[in-house]
Amino acid sequence: MSMTVARRSVLMLGAGALAFGAGARVPAFAAKNDSDDLIKKFTGGKTATEGRVRLDVPEIAENGNTVPMTVSVESPMTEQSYVSDILVIADGNPRGGVATFHFSPASGLAEANTRIRLAETQNVIAVAKMNDGSFFKASKQVKVTIGGCGG
Amino acid sequence: MADVKPRIKLDKKQAKKGDLIEVKALVSHIMETGLRKDSSGNTIPRKIINKFTCTVNGKEVFTADFEPAISANPYIQFKFRAQESGPVVLTWIDDDGSKIVGQETITVS
Repeated sequence: MSMTVARRSVLMLGAGALAFGAGARVPAFAAKNDSDDLIKKFTGGKTATEGRVRLDVPEIAENGNTVPMTVSVESPMTEQSYVSDILVIADGNPRGGVATFHFSPASGLAEANTRIRLAETQNVIAVAKMNDGSFFKASKQVKVTIGGCGG
Repeated sequence: MADVKPRIKLDKKQAKKGDLIEVKALVSHIMETGLRKDSSGNTIPRKIINKFTCTVNGKEVFTADFEPAISANPYIQFKFRAQESGPVVLTWIDDDGSKIVGQETITVS
């Protein structure tokens, strides 16, 4: 009996250590800024489906001060079906917001490229809003060697 | 800020109706985040370009809202569909309300 208890507590200890270890290894998965709120505000509480959004960021960014970022969304961009907005979020920066791009059928292609600042290794998330009110998203982790916040 | 001259490049200035035209634009700007501190520990006030718009012949084709996470000297690249000839006007709006404006012209046949 006593042996079973000991065994269980050892197992639990092990599980706890595992969970802790996992948390420490991928801190970027837990948003530490306002990014969740920003996404919620953008989607109005709706869930964004994975897919259709293509996010191009380097896997490793040597300089976090200027990281090239391209976001594009598959869409015919006609009056009937187009991408109206794309929100770009960085979940490990002091503030989550990066940029919001606004498109219309006159844009022809839902694609934008700019250079962004990343304070540390983190996820970049793009959420696209379609004219019919649906949302799509993509996210990618960027490893940052030198942070971009002048720290 | 009126002395800042943006660099704008269109991949073609003569296009057929319906062609996609790529715009690349770069403007000199410090994009101060408002989170940094100077050597004496005072916070450096935020000064960024918070809005960018592009109109073709008066019609808006692309706009963007920028946050402090956009790099200094913001670069932007996007495309639009050529519909009619006219001026392509790019405007950057600063936190203090000042504007930087650049212009190109396209001919659509």
